[in-house]
Amino acid sequence: MTAAPQNTKAGAEKIAVTVSAVVPLNDLVTRFEFTRPDGAAFPPFSAGAHTVVEMRDQGRTRLNPYSLMSDPSDPSIYAISVRRDDQGRGGSLFMHRNVKVGDAMTLTYPVNLFSLDLRGRKHVFLAGGIGITPFMAMIAQLEQSNGNWELHYACRSEALGTYADQLRSHYPNKVHVYFDDQNQAIGLEDLLDGQPLGTHVYVCGPKGMIDWVHTTAAEHGWPSENVHSEEFLAPQPGKPFEVRLCKSDITIQVGEHESLLEAMERCGVDAPFLCRGGACGQCETDVVEADGEFVHRDHWLDDDDHACGKKIMPCVSRFVGKTLVLDR
Amino acid sequence: MSKFQFPESIASRPTYGSLKSRPGKAHLMIADAEGAEAILDLAAQDAGLMAKSHVIYIPSGSGAGLSERLRGLKPAQYYEGPSYAAAVPRIRRVLSDAHMGLQVYLCGTEGLMGQAMNEATAAGIPHSAIQTEHRGSIARRMQCVHCKGITENVTTDPFVCAHCGLNLFVRDHYSRRLAAFQGVCIDAEDPGNVPNPVELYK
Repeated sequence: MTAAPQNTKAGAEKIAVTVSAVVPLNDLVTRFEFTRPDGAAFPPFSAGAHTVVEMRDQGRTRLNPYSLMSDPSDPSIYAISVRRDDQGRGGSLFMHRNVKVGDAMTLTYPVNLFSLDLRGRKHVFLAGGIGITPFMAMIAQLEQSNGNWELHYACRSEALGTYADQLRSHYPNKVHVYFDDQNQAIGLEDLLDGQPLGTHVYVCGPKGMIDWVHTTAAEHGWPSENVHSEEFLAPQPGKPFEVRLCKSDITIQVGEHESLLEAMERCGVDAPFLCRGGACGQCETDVVEADGEFVHRDHWLDDDDHACGKKIMPCVSRFVGKTLVLDR
Repeated sequence: MSKFQFPESIASRPTYGSLKSRPGKAHLMIADAEGAEAILDLAAQDAGLMAKSHVIYIPSGSGAGLSERLRGLKPAQYYEGPSYAAAVPRIRRVLSDAHMGLQVYLCGTEGLMGQAMNEATAAGIPHSAIQTEHRGSIARRMQCVHCKGITENVTTDPFVCAHCGLNLFVRDHYSRRLAAFQGVCIDAEDPGNVPNPVELYK
């Protein structure tokens, strides 16, 4: 068995699991724990990895990526923490409303797009809200090897500080929590100043926070190699559009509330993917012909790629116009 | 003119750029010989740079006239030494005291830049974040792949290993760990059949 992306079916290999616990943590966030029905050990994962959760929602298949937040040294469970997004596309609502202990579900093998750089002398974690999840696994992994780390965690309020109390009581000298409603904020400039050579900083949170960390670190002379981030984008709705897939020889309609990738899958096209959030690059597709405007939303292609109109990431990007023909 | 454009080669062969002033609280510049000229050019880009800079300079003969001009830039700290080996303890100490945001600039010969880069990467700076600019001699630091001895200042191909005496072919295959190019025995199949040495890049 292999988790390599180069297998014949799209996406990473799948694992059948049973929901072993559903633990509400606060008004918005619930933890879901999974075990394997055959009792076998889960494939090992490195901290920062995510899994794609397959949800069977009334005939519609939802595939959402979530960071694994359980201890990587424990092969008996995988755990994710899901923030309910009432304005979202429905995946998190499905998890919160429909998933019960004992349910059979399917996960993909873990894929890591946000790994620790283990050459680092010190690891500084910056979390915003539900962005805490990958750091739960990273902290567990580094604690095993007596790694040098600290966490700066910004959340809206004490009531919504997912895992904040647990982290503060376990690691009182390493964890710093900042509550928006008490006008507390991460003092990023002071934090970056004076870190020892070989420090790596990792940020997971809203887009604004990620951009702020990258920009501030660059202004302070930090090499971009030492600044790591992960942001999964959820596909945004948009005007329906039509796409011709020339290799598959079909023309498909992309609905308002589905992504181009989801539309391809609905029509039976086996399109590659891993993260489904514009980060991994696996679904990159060549454009054969286009008459209209692309709505690029991914983090994978660079500005030149976006401008030239020869490539699209169907997991999050859309198209507005008359004709779009893809090499798929 | 101390600049030399190395012809394109295999991926292993290091390439060098030209130094640009980057944002940072502290700046470490390590140069030998004509490398001083690259620091003079760098200082001309950014008036505030030298007041935050520590310059470590090894004139090694051909740079003797440049020392005074470097001192004239009034760097925050200036060290001049007789050899790279003499400067190593200082380089290590500076790096061990340094913080993130330190910018490292290396200029001069390939041997100097390669060895200083080793110190900087060992201290935790990614090699891709260290700026380099080649100036001066094109002599190479070579490792004999047979006896593992290092021969400095190799200017001809082939050359004789300073340690084991084998005739070595100068390759572009480079080791960042050793900061040296590979030298491979050129007459192993037919001992004594050694081409006449030619000067590198002539």
